[in-house]
Amino acid sequence: MNTSNSRIWQTALVVLLVAGIIALALGGFLSPALRTVLGPLVSVQNWFSTRYMAIYEFVTVPRDVTSLRQRNTELENENAQYESEIIQLQQQLREAQVLYALLDFARTRPENEYAAAAVIGLDPNPFLRYIIIDKGTDAGIRHGMPVVTEQGLVGRVDAVTANAARVQLITDPGARVNVRLQSNQVKAMLTGSLTGEVSLDMVPQETDMQIGEVVLTSGLGGSYPADVLIGKVVSVSRRPNDLFQMASIQPAVDFSTLRAVLVITNFRPVDIAPLVPQTLP
Amino acid sequence: MSVLLAFPTLVVLLILQMVVVSRLPLINGTADLLLLALVAWALQERARSAWAWAIIAGVAVSFISALPFYAPLFIYLAATAVARLLQRRVWQTPILALLVAVFVGTLIQQLVSLVVLNVSGAGIPWEDGLSLVTVPSLLLNLGLALPVYTVIVDLSRWVYPEVDE
Repeated sequence: MNTSNSRIWQTALVVLLVAGIIALALGGFLSPALRTVLGPLVSVQNWFSTRYMAIYEFVTVPRDVTSLRQRNTELENENAQYESEIIQLQQQLREAQVLYALLDFARTRPENEYAAAAVIGLDPNPFLRYIIIDKGTDAGIRHGMPVVTEQGLVGRVDAVTANAARVQLITDPGARVNVRLQSNQVKAMLTGSLTGEVSLDMVPQETDMQIGEVVLTSGLGGSYPADVLIGKVVSVSRRPNDLFQMASIQPAVDFSTLRAVLVITNFRPVDIAPLVPQTLP
Repeated sequence: MSVLLAFPTLVVLLILQMVVVSRLPLINGTADLLLLALVAWALQERARSAWAWAIIAGVAVSFISALPFYAPLFIYLAATAVARLLQRRVWQTPILALLVAVFVGTLIQQLVSLVVLNVSGAGIPWEDGLSLVTVPSLLLNLGLALPVYTVIVDLSRWVYPEVDE
């Protein structure tokens, strides 16, 4: 009887003790004590674990090197393929952006009919500034048709075959474009140069030409349609003894990155040569 | 055989010229791969079709370039003539002959272009033409002469294999 009573008391005491410890632990009162006890234990376990893993890797890694190298090669190949795809996609994106810009430009001028063409080469002679495009008479392109981009005037078709054409840029030394200043309607002549710079000539001395002034085609001479943007005046050269003043023009088109152009196919250039008076001998 | 070979070789070089080389200027000058190939081919002792190569290249460039049709033909024939002359005179030092032929050929090309364009009304100042185009083109052509010559030498050995005596 006494024995059974004492066991009950012992059990109750143990339960109470355990419940008390749990209650103290849940209440956070045992944390300092646990930290003190567990800290060294965790350090010791960490030390053993580190050594064990070092020994394990030392024993097992030589077997994995071959598979790792194979995997590395596979991943490098995949990476190279993805990089190649990225480059191709970026290229396609750039072309699409150019074509979208050209399309937007064409929509803003519904009176014109356009044929889009890609630039596929440059004239081999360094003195000349001509480009070769991949559309010709099969696409309705004819000699003399103006060529533009969404930024402005590029030039005009100089020679054409069935599926290619040569375009004289306005920066070519032999190019001459009749232009006007947007603000005061003064007519002038745009000329190209060897360096690719374009300049304005034949501007009357009395004209007040400001830097930043917009230059457009005038349509005179019948070679280009009127009101196509060419660029802006960046500097003015006026000498008192000269008949005309000159100006340097910053073209709106970036000719160094020209990738695609639009040919205005419903513009028929007018040949005014027979109307030009000839000097008699 | 070598005349037939001229068509693909010169066409490939012309495409490279229009697509790549013309987009890599030094100041405003560019190298001329066709001129270099023609000079290198004309310097090959066994190459008997140098004149045909020059005519093919001249016609091809005339078809594409905005220069008057006779100018490229004349330029390439003149450059070939210079190279053939040097090949006979200084045949023991082909590299020297190559550099001299490229130098003279480039000068001929540039001067003929300048004259023809100025006559046709382009109005290119001579000083600008010489300093901005001619001198850089000379440097580029001289720099590319040896690599092109190496390729052409291999090509000529393939076309005219050496016979053991």
